[in-house]
Amino acid sequence: MSSTLPYSKKKTSRQMVALTLAVALGLPFGLLAALLVLLPLSQQPMVDALIKRFVGQDAAAWPYTSLVYAGVLALVAFMVFNFGAIFGGMTTWYEMRIAGRIQSRIGPNRVGAAGFFQWVADAAKLILKEDLVPTDADAILFRAAPYFVLAGFVLTFVVLPFGESVVVADLNVGLFYVTSITALVVVGIMVAGWSSNSKWALFGGVRSAAQVVSYEIPAGLALMVPVLMAGTLSMQEIIRQQGGWPWQWFLFRNPAAFVAFLILFTSQLAEGNRTPFDLPEADSELVAGYLSEYSGFRFALYFLVEWGNLWVISAVGVTLFFGGWQIPGVGPELWQSLRGAPTEIPDLAWWGLQALSMLVFLVKTLVLVNVIIWIRWTLPRIRVDQMMNLCWKYLVPAAFACLVFTLGWQLLVGATGGSGAGFMSVAETVSGVALFAIACLLLFRFLVLTRKNIDAVVGDRIDLTNW
Amino acid sequence: MMTTQDIHSKMQAQFGEAVGPLSEPKLDAFATVGASRLVEICRWLRDTPGIELDHCDDLTAVDRPQQNVIEVVYHLFSYPHRHGVVLKVMLDRAAPALPSVEEVWKAANFMEREVYDLFGVQFSGHPDLRRILLPDDWVGHPLRKDYQEAGGYHGVPNVRENPLVELRRLDVKRRAETAAQNPPAPPPTPTEAPKA
Amino acid sequence: MEKLILRRVDHNDEEVLLNFGPQHPSTHGVLNFLVQTNGEVLTRAIPDVGYLHRAIEKIGEKVGYPGFMPYTDRVDYVAAMFANEGYAIAVEKLMKLQVPPRAQYLRAISCELNRIASHLIAVGSTAMDLGAFTPFIHGIRERETINDLIEALCGARLTYNYHRIGGVAYDMPSGWRDKVLAFLDHFDTLLVEWDRLITYNEIFIKRLANVAVIPAAMAKSYGLVGPNLRASGVDWDLRRDLPYGAYPDFQFKVPVGKAWYGTLGDCFDRYYVRVLEMAESSKIVRQALEKIPDGEFMAPKVPRKMKPEAAETFSRVESARGEMAYYVVSDGTENPYRVRIRTGSFTAMGIIEALSPGLMLADLVALISSFDVVAPEIDR
Repeated sequence: MSSTLPYSKKKTSRQMVALTLAVALGLPFGLLAALLVLLPLSQQPMVDALIKRFVGQDAAAWPYTSLVYAGVLALVAFMVFNFGAIFGGMTTWYEMRIAGRIQSRIGPNRVGAAGFFQWVADAAKLILKEDLVPTDADAILFRAAPYFVLAGFVLTFVVLPFGESVVVADLNVGLFYVTSITALVVVGIMVAGWSSNSKWALFGGVRSAAQVVSYEIPAGLALMVPVLMAGTLSMQEIIRQQGGWPWQWFLFRNPAAFVAFLILFTSQLAEGNRTPFDLPEADSELVAGYLSEYSGFRFALYFLVEWGNLWVISAVGVTLFFGGWQIPGVGPELWQSLRGAPTEIPDLAWWGLQALSMLVFLVKTLVLVNVIIWIRWTLPRIRVDQMMNLCWKYLVPAAFACLVFTLGWQLLVGATGGSGAGFMSVAETVSGVALFAIACLLLFRFLVLTRKNIDAVVGDRIDLTNW
Repeated sequence: MMTTQDIHSKMQAQFGEAVGPLSEPKLDAFATVGASRLVEICRWLRDTPGIELDHCDDLTAVDRPQQNVIEVVYHLFSYPHRHGVVLKVMLDRAAPALPSVEEVWKAANFMEREVYDLFGVQFSGHPDLRRILLPDDWVGHPLRKDYQEAGGYHGVPNVRENPLVELRRLDVKRRAETAAQNPPAPPPTPTEAPKA
Repeated sequence: MEKLILRRVDHNDEEVLLNFGPQHPSTHGVLNFLVQTNGEVLTRAIPDVGYLHRAIEKIGEKVGYPGFMPYTDRVDYVAAMFANEGYAIAVEKLMKLQVPPRAQYLRAISCELNRIASHLIAVGSTAMDLGAFTPFIHGIRERETINDLIEALCGARLTYNYHRIGGVAYDMPSGWRDKVLAFLDHFDTLLVEWDRLITYNEIFIKRLANVAVIPAAMAKSYGLVGPNLRASGVDWDLRRDLPYGAYPDFQFKVPVGKAWYGTLGDCFDRYYVRVLEMAESSKIVRQALEKIPDGEFMAPKVPRKMKPEAAETFSRVESARGEMAYYVVSDGTENPYRVRIRTGSFTAMGIIEALSPGLMLADLVALISSFDVVAPEIDR
């Protein structure tokens, strides 16, 4: 209606764009590169080899070996924690922009080019806020609750793989460890709800505890399906049992695995308190649920965990079902040949391939993160009793059915084991190719429908040049 | 669909004395009704086939200190027949009280509470007669013509100075401060003899 | 001071007593509910209104007949045109003024545009209260265009003061008609997208269907009006059944609840009736823009200080929230003797306590948002 705009049309300066790009690309990729270099070298044989090379003594004989081990572990912990935290922060920005796009508006666009530093500004603001503790709140528990939740989140990074040898510790009960550690989050939420001395917070805490505990069951059962198919609980081993090509992923190799992935995905959304399961933080019902009394840095910790959990959920899903870091066409023989002796530092080609595997893992995880964000801004919230219904009456029986099916499948037509995808049985190959073809068709149809929807509604004339 | 006169004559036929005459039709005509048989009349109006005033459109009051009455006004309407009637009950201003019609139309619940709140009319038989729009410890009934404001509520004053007056005072103060900080230049010495 | 409302609840150790409001993201305005719950299920929810009481009816006795018009905007600021119109009709009856036909058409156009805007907020808030933020923002985006159109018409985006006693304040600006038609063309496609986005969503339906069913007799007895009444199956619309203004000239359907996904009179019916009403309003605006006659937009010789003779009158308009009625009593002076505004949201509050036993807390939110209450209408 008017020719003068109500907002300023100043373009972002070149320096700001350059700075934003530098940070946006440099920070995550820098962290990942650091992890790439650090994590394989932090395994015990490698540390021993390094000690041998630089100090000249045998690791067992040198008196300061344990000091070096401790230092390496501290460094690893610091870097991985940083990765989790920074990923959480950057996902906040990404989610706000995606939400803006879905809602036909721009999203943050002032702090840095495309609003990239919004999360830095928010984090700084939250840290600088007054430290409020309600008078009647339980002094110790109120202050301690965020750290339970944080621990439950950060400790999962111990077994999450980033690349072929880029993992903090490849525990041979890795998956079991993940499910049990994430249960710490429940403790944190209940403690937060109770210690806030507020009825609304209590409501939120109790609801959330019920939700997370209930959805552990179908999640655990659905997790068993790839475990049965791989024969191991170790995350890296499960990935090694899959292949790089999509029809070699566990997702398609077994019809029950497809269903199990959907069950796992839904249950993980519920455990991560994401819409449509975000009742504990339902801000139109309970103000902020168990977080109502929290402000400042403690609030920031909760939200860090919520967004960081997106990585954990997606990484677990990718590991179990989407082939993890497997590169199409690269088999275990190539990895073996490039590795050389276990006590030698491998050469550049191996590092390059590692980087490629990390990239593959990153891309797959980000796709899943994208889907989770998308779901949040499309669907409304489920009510408590409907959510319990869904869990106990639908997901748990379905998960059991998948499990039983997989048992039969593995016994009758399953792969004969061993490492790598070359040992896929005939039935698995057939299933893999068929399901992958169906998935591609569905994806194609989805894209066609989206295109038609966009054309049908001549809306959305929003001016994006001010982004 | 019946006219107001028809409904009124039927009411008078049924209830006789309790129903007063229809007022002169200056726009909307109304009939005065006695307080004692009010609930009966309302129930009859709601239930009689052919009249069926099932919608209590409005229940309010008008304060008339000159005639020393508070009129409680009922606007009733019928969805099936699209006709309506206006009833008034005249109450003594000193102690206005009448039975509640909440059992006839549930909508009257909140509306009678509002009349109690703003006019002070007591409704007997109302399940929950307490103030609705004003706080529970408010003194007085504001929509009465002789209502005097109590001068504040729990320490919050209800008068304040005109904001423009205060802003002007701040302006003057500001100008005085800037003048004090920059003392004005001394007046120039005269170089010519002043003209006689 | 002990609030008297606390005497209405029985205090025991089993049930939790909560204050739902007055600052709460999902009560539509400043409302408070005293909620007694047994776990997640309510035993009772008692509304506690009056936080937004501004004594508008008392002010009406001081500012004169034309001077009261801006106050009527504030009674229901989401659908302010209807509040203006109701008061204007009442005073025109008292002053025996004839409103010219062009003004009647302009009133109808502005009112129906405002109905669309108000319903966008209503259905958007319903979706937002249930957790879907996107439809609300899409609704706000459309409402921005309506706000711009109405700003071009009368200068204000929210509280219009557009209908005056005797007609309307301004005529249509040049080019306005085409802009409105362009908007309506776009808006009709948006309603299709809206349905696909949220109305047919499984989760949304499960949250609203069969929740807080209000049978027709209960709705009538409790004085529900407007879309709330129609959703319970009562086929009543003032624009068609007691027509006023330019409405006799228009052809439109009146959506009545049909138990699309649950029981007749549940929250989904109340929500969907509003979606359908938006489509009907769009039709009315198109017909009005086609048929609008030329002429004056204000009655001739409307006095500045109005002194109608002593009489009283009752006028009704079909507002976005239902029937809004004005009872104006004049005594021959230039100030009204009594102005009474009867609003739909006030009686909607009265029914909540009767419906609340057995609802869950999340259902209470769905119920309040399906009633489309605005707090200023309740408290005036």
